[in-house]
Amino acid sequence: MVDQNKGYVVFTEEMKKTHTILVPNMLPMHFQMIGRVLERVGYKVELLETSGPQIAETGLKYVHNDTCYPAILVIGQFIHALQSGKYDPDRVALILFQTGGGCRASNYIHLLRKALEKAGLGHVPVISLSMAGLEKHPGFQLTLPLVMKMMYGVLYGDLLMTLVNQCKPYEVEKGTAQALADRWTRQLAGELTARSTGGYRRVKANYRRILDQFAAIPMERRDTLKVGVVGEIFVKYSPLGNNNLEQFLVDEGAEVVIPGLMDFCLYCVYNNMLDHQLYGMQKLAQPAYHAAYRYLVSKERDMIGAIAAHGRFTPPTLFTRTVSLVQGTISMGVKMGEGWLLTAEMLELADKGVGNIVCTQPFGCLPNHICGKGMMKPIKEKNPAVNIVAIDYDAGATKVNQENRLKLMLANARQSSARPPEPIRMA
Amino acid sequence: MGREYDMTQTGLSLGIDIGSTTAKAVLVEDGRILYEKYQRHFSQVRQKTLELLEEAAAVAGDRPFTAAISGSAGLGLAESAGVPFVQEVFATGEVVRALEPDASAVVELGGEDAKIIFFDGGIDERMNGSCAGGTGAFIDQMATLLGVTADELDQLSLESTRLYPIASRCGVFAKTDIQPLLNQGAKHADVAASIYQAVVNQTIAGLAQGRRITGKVLFLGGPLYYCKGLRRRFQETLGLADGQAVFPDYGRFAVAMGASLYARSAGEAYTMDQLREKIVHSSAVRDAANLLPPLFAGEADYAAFRARHAAATVAEGDLASYEGSAWLGVDCGSTTTKAVLLGEDRQLLYTYYSSNRGNPVEIVREQLETIYGLCGDRVRIRGSAVTGYGEELIRAAFGVDRGVVETIAHYTAAKHFCPQVDFILDIGGQDIKCFKIKNGAIDSIMLNEACSSGCGSFIETFARSMGYDVAEFARKGLQAAAPVNLGSRCTVFMNSSVKQSQKDGATVEDISAGLSVSVVKNAIYKVIRAGSADELGRHVVVQGGAFYNDAVLRAFEMELGREVIRPAIAGLMGAYGAALYAMDLRESTLISPESLKRFTHTARAAACQGCTNRCRLTVNSFGGGKKYISGNQCQKGLGLTSPEELPDLYAWKRDALMGLRPGAEIRGSVGLPLALGMYELLPLWHAFFTRLGFRVEVSGLSSRRVYEKGQFSIPSDTACYPAKIMHGHMEVLLERGVDAIFYPSLTYNVDERQSDNHYNCPVVAYYAELLRGNMDDLAQTRFLYPFLNINNRRELARELFACLHPVFPDVTKREVRQAVDHAFAAYEGHMTATRRQGEAAVAWARAHGKRIMILAGRPYHVDPEICHGIDKLAASLGFVVVSEDSVCHLADPLPVHVLNQWTYHARLYRAARYACGHPDVQLVQLVSFGCGVDAITTDEVRRILEEAGKLYTQIKIDEITNLGAVKIRLRSLIGALEEKGV
Repeated sequence: MVDQNKGYVVFTEEMKKTHTILVPNMLPMHFQMIGRVLERVGYKVELLETSGPQIAETGLKYVHNDTCYPAILVIGQFIHALQSGKYDPDRVALILFQTGGGCRASNYIHLLRKALEKAGLGHVPVISLSMAGLEKHPGFQLTLPLVMKMMYGVLYGDLLMTLVNQCKPYEVEKGTAQALADRWTRQLAGELTARSTGGYRRVKANYRRILDQFAAIPMERRDTLKVGVVGEIFVKYSPLGNNNLEQFLVDEGAEVVIPGLMDFCLYCVYNNMLDHQLYGMQKLAQPAYHAAYRYLVSKERDMIGAIAAHGRFTPPTLFTRTVSLVQGTISMGVKMGEGWLLTAEMLELADKGVGNIVCTQPFGCLPNHICGKGMMKPIKEKNPAVNIVAIDYDAGATKVNQENRLKLMLANARQSSARPPEPIRMA
Repeated sequence: MGREYDMTQTGLSLGIDIGSTTAKAVLVEDGRILYEKYQRHFSQVRQKTLELLEEAAAVAGDRPFTAAISGSAGLGLAESAGVPFVQEVFATGEVVRALEPDASAVVELGGEDAKIIFFDGGIDERMNGSCAGGTGAFIDQMATLLGVTADELDQLSLESTRLYPIASRCGVFAKTDIQPLLNQGAKHADVAASIYQAVVNQTIAGLAQGRRITGKVLFLGGPLYYCKGLRRRFQETLGLADGQAVFPDYGRFAVAMGASLYARSAGEAYTMDQLREKIVHSSAVRDAANLLPPLFAGEADYAAFRARHAAATVAEGDLASYEGSAWLGVDCGSTTTKAVLLGEDRQLLYTYYSSNRGNPVEIVREQLETIYGLCGDRVRIRGSAVTGYGEELIRAAFGVDRGVVETIAHYTAAKHFCPQVDFILDIGGQDIKCFKIKNGAIDSIMLNEACSSGCGSFIETFARSMGYDVAEFARKGLQAAAPVNLGSRCTVFMNSSVKQSQKDGATVEDISAGLSVSVVKNAIYKVIRAGSADELGRHVVVQGGAFYNDAVLRAFEMELGREVIRPAIAGLMGAYGAALYAMDLRESTLISPESLKRFTHTARAAACQGCTNRCRLTVNSFGGGKKYISGNQCQKGLGLTSPEELPDLYAWKRDALMGLRPGAEIRGSVGLPLALGMYELLPLWHAFFTRLGFRVEVSGLSSRRVYEKGQFSIPSDTACYPAKIMHGHMEVLLERGVDAIFYPSLTYNVDERQSDNHYNCPVVAYYAELLRGNMDDLAQTRFLYPFLNINNRRELARELFACLHPVFPDVTKREVRQAVDHAFAAYEGHMTATRRQGEAAVAWARAHGKRIMILAGRPYHVDPEICHGIDKLAASLGFVVVSEDSVCHLADPLPVHVLNQWTYHARLYRAARYACGHPDVQLVQLVSFGCGVDAITTDEVRRILEEAGKLYTQIKIDEITNLGAVKIRLRSLIGALEEKGV
């Protein structure tokens, strides 16, 4: 029940044994691995895979309708699941990520609790998964080994996502790449949860094996356009949030380029270092942040380096390079929501020749007024050939409206790609 | 016909452009147009396309030709028919490049989309976002509102003499401005031109995004082809010479011509029969997940429903034979005017319900004439009352005895049908009103916000756009087999949802029923914010014109899972309540039949000279020296001096900020834009720079003109008005030619130690970055926007020095440190003075027995252009107005159910807490449209107040300048307080 001091229902030690933790699914491959890692340390975890209009409907019923679309979807998905009869509401807990930034997203967890209250489910504990340590739950504690395993989940996820995106438009038999990625996701999840993981050497060996296997997928030369997708983290990644944007683009003959989740993790760490640099805050924690940053950068470099060394696929850009590109366009003090990273990712895409960009955001997203739509003019001034379209996602926005704007971007892209087509990789 | 256009194309090709409202086709051969046609499709996309094909076939004969489809409604058709599709903006670009290679920009308005293409300096093709319907469909809607055709609207606009400010963000907003203008008697010609101006402003603010529309500009699309007045407004606003603004005669067909161009490159040639075959057999699959259950199981089900609701009736009398006393009630609503005459036993003697066609005075005059005629000498009207938007106008015009607040009128009427009523929902033409009743008094009032007016008039306009009258359209909905799920957002979103469902093959029946469900969901989830039926109560009365529609009523019962009462006079409840309210009167002041014969009404525009605000007034004269003036924000212009000046913290804060005088210019001049966070920290930065020897230029209070100055550089139109107005302030400072402009980026606000964290919202924190990126003119000066830590003086001094030193090298560290200390003393002095002033206002109110209103928003809401004089309005209604930051210190912080992490918002929660402890204090929350953070605070403030049994009132503000709706809301609040005896 509600802990009087804390003001919320606490996830206790006992609940670890009795309760199933429901996890919203933003990135299927990444989250499947992270979920399995949590199972390893004794939690019962279930990823929510539901979709369809009733999710948003449920959300609209319990959340203020002007709240951002991701909140409506995530909360809608939780309550929809709890009301479906599939779970025992007395033996279920929910988990949400909380960054603690100045964007209203930090309030999702409170909106979720309010919504649960309204739905008569106020007793369901909600766990805040936050590096900032905003809330304490005795039954749910992040330990260093746990965080490290999650990090590998993110790296593997980024690798698989990159490779699938680079194979999908060219594979001879539709679905081959995704099937391979799914197989790997299961296997890697198993490895991450095994008692002996074989150390980092094993991880690097996995990178190579994954690359080899993807390179072996039969592919054929096709004329495609490279289209980058950036934006608010949920609508950027989640097909539920962006009306299956990725699939739409692939069907239109595009190769989708999506920056990985590790960039966002690095961005979060980096901002804590900037807090010190800009404002003299968080002095004591600086050595830890610097160490974490160096560590994550080196891990990301290894993963990207493996792709580069293999030679068959286009490697993602190093975070350090992305950081260097943003200088002079937007200050790195802009740290709410996706902040400067969003601008940086657009610049990074343009820099590596992916000039066609979809910038996704929930309707009325506050940080994106600045970092997304607000930075398009300066980005275009630096890269005149860039072709960006901003798409708003919302419970009331329609697919027709969105697709029509995407088609405009694609039409312009095709016209300007009258230059010789990119060399297509052949199997 | 036969027009040549220089495209070196050979062969025969057909271009079809199916937009949201019209279908266009051109058949081109060797660069010559053989056939062209433009017509409305009434949402019957496939059928109209086939008709166009038949006509083209007559010209083409049996020769094969290439073809392509374009347009937003053509997308689905092209896909399912397997015909090449080209995006419409792209198509336009292609045509213009071919025909007018020297064009520098294109403005194209369609039925629901607005587009701009820039050719100079890199091609840039843009479309409006999803929240901007101010286009062809918008003009149609507005014409309907004025009761004229689109052509007549255009004619009217050419005779205008002045422009009213009309919100241009989207159709729904504009309506909120226009409706009261009409009801207050503004000239239709002026309103018509103002509507066009709103379209122009919307196009510029939404699409220019920092690029100036100059050079040779082409204006394309249906509305710009037909509306001369719209052309004029565009040309004047953009300052284009005659040769620069080009309105080509192919304006309507540019997209279709682009499609024909594309057709040639897309390959494949068809014969007319082949193409017809493809289109006939294009079938769409409806997504089962987006379907709703039917409203009725069958005829019997509907009959039972009808019978149940037939029970809620009122006794009727026959005016032709009735003798005795009678009482008149008039409800002058936003789109309709209602009147009832009651006899001594409350029986209905006469009723009237009709659209007010934009001229309610004339309608009421006609009605009075009719009623007097029917009454003869047998019936004597002993009292009268009027309610609704036009209350004051009608009262002044006809000497109506009483004015009644709508809420009270509706509650009075509802009680007659259900004495134990505990919830009333009224969906009218323009408003949704809900009241909860507890212990015989109105306990809480919820009204729709300006942006969710998905009400009665929406269904009506929609019915008409599909070629039906509203009653027939509603009947169709009852028979829907699978109503389509259209979402519950604002009307603009619904429009595109309907478009989508049509693409998917939904029938008119399904759409009609779906719209009814949407209206209901909008009311329940967006306005009432209810999670379950129990939150509403056990005895629910529904009323308002929208509930005449059985589909709406049924949808409401289904969504709620509960039966409700719909009085037979659902649409007349306001007038009925007003008449009941007048029944204790014995001697009426209503205009006599003789005077009525001599009644005249003229309206004229004037600018108030009372203060610098220059309110635009409408002066209504009714003959015999009687006048009614509207459009004023305060009482001054009415020739009245208010009996007493009540303390108004908003006015005090404005005076305090404007009283900061520039010091001597020793080092140079620094400009401070008075918008967003500067409203809080102006005393601090002013003192800081003055101390350092800079002459400080403050941009000053905002006005509409200030906003318009900067609107072309706004990149994101859905940002809040307080942010968008910032662009104008920067322009003001640039005009004044200062050495530097300073607007710091403050991730963290002042830490008042009352909350979990002390952030600024992202917009306040980082708007400077956006300004730098989008306002080219800032290169003329030095724009300083350092990231600062406002909570650590040493750090702050270090950061400020680092920022200033490169620009003003003689500034020393020591000076900066001293100036920082000085600045904080000034800031603290200002905050202390604000709090003392708040306490003094509260004490004054108590000593004089006045009600206190905490007008709770953000510091920048005191700006007269942002709060639109709501503080003055509240003062004129007898409230002592205090701001949230002047009283929040009087309450202790208590835990809240949200993450309390923004400084400004923490004050809101504490101010609400203060209101809870004092019966004479009411809190009214100001919310700017587009403020994402307020989606969180409003629910929490409401919870805090309602748990303490207080009324919660929220006022959503944007560009809308008309206070008509706000006034009703505040008067409802007063009415509810009076009933509660507070």
